[in-house]
Amino acid sequence: MIKYVSQRLLYTVMLLLLVSLSVYFIFDLLPVDPARLVCSKQCTPALVEANRHRLGLDVPVLQQWWNFIYGLFAGRNYAEGAAALHCPAPAFGYSFSRHECVTTILAKAFPVTLSLAVLAFILWMTLGVSLGVLAARKKGSIFDKASTVFVLIGTSLPTFLTGVLVVIFIILKFNLVDPLEIGNWSNPFTDPLGWLSTFIWPAATLAFAYAATYTRFTRSNVIETMTEDFIRTARAKGLSEKIILRKHTLRAALAPLATMAGLDFAGLLGGAIITEKVFGLDGLGGISINAVTSSYDLPIIVGTTIVASAFVVVANLIVDITYAFIDPRVRHA
Amino acid sequence: MAENILELHDLKKHFPTTSGGLFSRRKGVVKAVDGVSLSIGVGETVGLVGESGCGKTTAGRTVMKLYEPTDGKIIFQGEDISHYSRKQMMPFRSQMQMIFQDPFASLNPRHTVGTIVGASYDIHGIKPAGGVENAVRDLLERVGLNPEHINRFPHEFSGGQRQRIGIARAIALRPKLIVADEPVSALDVSIQAQVVNLLDDLQQEFGLSYLFVAHDLSVVQHISDRVVVMYLGKVMESAPTESLFAKPRHPYTKALLSAVPIPDPRLERTRERILLQGDLPSPMNPPAGCVFNTRCWKVQDKCRSVVPEPVQIAPNHTLACHFPE
Amino acid sequence: MSTFLEVKNLHVTFPTEDGAVLASNNVSYSVALGETLAIVGESGSGKSVANLAVMGLHNPHRTQISGEAILHLPEGPIDVLSAAPETVRRLRGKAMSMIFQDPMSALHPFYTIGNQIAEAWALYNEGSKEDGIKRAVEMLDLVGIPDAAKRVHEYPHQFSGGMRQRVMIAMALVNNPSLLIADEPTTALDVTVQSQILRLLADLQKEFNMAVILITHDLGVVAEVADRVSVMYSGRIVESAAIDEIFYNSTHPYTRGLLNSIPRVDNHGKGTRLRAIPGQPPSLISVPKGCAFAARCEFISHVPGGLCIASNPDLLEKAPDHYSRCHLTGAQVIDIAAKNLAHQDNGAK
Repeated sequence: MIKYVSQRLLYTVMLLLLVSLSVYFIFDLLPVDPARLVCSKQCTPALVEANRHRLGLDVPVLQQWWNFIYGLFAGRNYAEGAAALHCPAPAFGYSFSRHECVTTILAKAFPVTLSLAVLAFILWMTLGVSLGVLAARKKGSIFDKASTVFVLIGTSLPTFLTGVLVVIFIILKFNLVDPLEIGNWSNPFTDPLGWLSTFIWPAATLAFAYAATYTRFTRSNVIETMTEDFIRTARAKGLSEKIILRKHTLRAALAPLATMAGLDFAGLLGGAIITEKVFGLDGLGGISINAVTSSYDLPIIVGTTIVASAFVVVANLIVDITYAFIDPRVRHA
Repeated sequence: MAENILELHDLKKHFPTTSGGLFSRRKGVVKAVDGVSLSIGVGETVGLVGESGCGKTTAGRTVMKLYEPTDGKIIFQGEDISHYSRKQMMPFRSQMQMIFQDPFASLNPRHTVGTIVGASYDIHGIKPAGGVENAVRDLLERVGLNPEHINRFPHEFSGGQRQRIGIARAIALRPKLIVADEPVSALDVSIQAQVVNLLDDLQQEFGLSYLFVAHDLSVVQHISDRVVVMYLGKVMESAPTESLFAKPRHPYTKALLSAVPIPDPRLERTRERILLQGDLPSPMNPPAGCVFNTRCWKVQDKCRSVVPEPVQIAPNHTLACHFPE
Repeated sequence: MSTFLEVKNLHVTFPTEDGAVLASNNVSYSVALGETLAIVGESGSGKSVANLAVMGLHNPHRTQISGEAILHLPEGPIDVLSAAPETVRRLRGKAMSMIFQDPMSALHPFYTIGNQIAEAWALYNEGSKEDGIKRAVEMLDLVGIPDAAKRVHEYPHQFSGGMRQRVMIAMALVNNPSLLIADEPTTALDVTVQSQILRLLADLQKEFNMAVILITHDLGVVAEVADRVSVMYSGRIVESAAIDEIFYNSTHPYTRGLLNSIPRVDNHGKGTRLRAIPGQPPSLISVPKGCAFAARCEFISHVPGGLCIASNPDLLEKAPDHYSRCHLTGAQVIDIAAKNLAHQDNGAK
């Protein structure tokens, strides 16, 4: 097991190196020049060159990447003389459009994204799994049919539409939330209500689509598991339907859900771009979309990409290990 | 040797097992088929029997070149086809055909019976006299199906009828050899007999040779001229059917025959059974020496260290055992 | 021997979009303590369906069941088909148990076999988890699993097919049931393992004085273990008698056809033809008005006036304790079969 995990960790590190390298190369191919973009109106070729040097873009792309990797472990200095700056390790770079170390920006954005992801996760798992199990148990009933309609709506409505609908009706029309409070960060430990009022609607928007998928998945898995031979054996033993459902059916039916949930959650930790944008949240998704669309802020793009990939890869590992605990067949394979 | 349609000389098929992940490594090999020799004469049926994991199915598929043999020779009509490429195999494909166990899984559900059976003609660019459709109708009639059902789909047929479709497809190009992999084991008893009789008739009519791979000894005994008994990738005993069933020499053959229940209660009540202990060892980790030594009641020290080589003890009768019956 | 289970006029119907499938059609049978009843038939004959109904294992929403299935328990008889589902549940695993064809899929892949056996034990016994595991080890020992104390903590996939079926047997017998229904228990196993399992079942039956119902398609297995046999065809029992009567004095054309169509290892057959039954069983949705076997029956010409097509024969006692569903008398069937055989032998010569 230890050998397996360390092997997988090594693989993770290699993958992340590769991801960052590809981001640098892709960025290098873009027909935009960040050095010119950050240059003000009275731009001269000399100023552009100076900016390029300041941004660290005046060296070959491989060197740029190496500087980045080096900075991750040793911290990094930017500019010279009076304007000199230092970002301590782990330095993801310095954003000249926001005048901050990227690490600081990420550290501020992450709690927002984490809050959104955690709340959404709790909502969709509770809703999706319970609806799915109920629909499966009452297969063919009115409730089951209603859940099918819910699944259809949830999977077909895009988040930007549900998000906008929520903003229009819940927030603007019925004033359930103070529009001024939207997007305000509150510490969940000192001000749980404020935190909840900030995140509950974006999280609900996000959870809506996921819950639909999870309802469908849970329903079909439970129905399929109920036809398994080992469920018939459980009945033949004389177990009650309650125990058959709880101990025998759900464990087998929900095991594949663990994989899906882990990966979906990790994906959200990289930032829910549309939801954050619609609700004006400054999470990882919000800042990365700004960095891409307006300022071509390479350090932020690299930073958010690496963080997002790291979450996905690490989640993959955790999911695989968890699965081995759930399913003994995997453990002994 | 020209009278043999197929000869296998020390055929081996090993599958590497790997550990998963990025740094996959060879963990070992499964010796699914480990030195099988046999020959099939024109118009002859050779039964290949054994329990699950003995390698009989792999052997059958390797003969068809569905797997590339690891070692040994496959000689078809005097020609060594062991390492022929896909392209080199093309002319042989029409002469050796396969029938599978699961008649449903081996028929494309979206194609009509006519398309399925007629496909062989297209693949090999053969234009039968009177057209493909007439040829297919004749074939369907020959295997006992209604030729009017040519436009039906596989799911409209029962299990036994689907196996007949599979047989019609196999004989379309008038092959010399048919490898039949458990062709009747998925069928009900009364249907099984129909299909066995059909295979018998077709053999008479077309002079076919069969390699009949099966676990059911009663069926194998009924249909085969000679029987090859496999255990964990190796041939234990190979003999003409009559002498093998009347006087098995290998302890495994004897135990296997003794385990088959006979539908005759009075006989069953008096019959002495040899009850083998334990299960088949894993093919991943076969025992040293004779592979049967863990379950053999005659086992001695020699069996645990020295692999018994197949020895010819009578015409057409080979045996791999240190202490035969 | 005292009768333990009595099934009377059991009908099981599955409504489907194409029509109602009459899977078990007026089926009656009984089995006594210490006795083995084999129910023989091909796929779709209704042999499993009837016994799943006795166990109460059909989905009540998708099955219509009528008739009686009386268990003669020490505390009095009870009809499990009319009893409350909760009452029947408390009989499962205690008064009656069942094992199935595929022991891999019949065990839960996520729980140790000790857990699964202890769970069955705990349903009807007071005791701690450790007591349950201790009992599981005893049972594994009993069914011949070596090193039971260690293996009790292993998972189903770590066992071979034969060992898994032993685990299933251990689990089914952990509460000393009076009736064991074994549904094709050896069909998925290799022949050398099959004989071990059949021997084990016979030994355990003697030890616990159980009534055993063996559901199988394999007449060889029947010959090896059964005391009495019921042959099913197309949802109905067509013949029912003591084992030797079935094998040597069968009074039903289907049973005879079945016995003739199987090759046997003890007589060499190359060159001889198997006497196959032509055609195939009728659909269970449109049950023929007459005898279900009429279309395939080689005896039909001996019955006058299309009687076989027009009316379904009753299951009648053709000889002492020998029931058969045929318009011909028992003597007629035996006589015609002997003539056919002589005729065939002459033809072969």
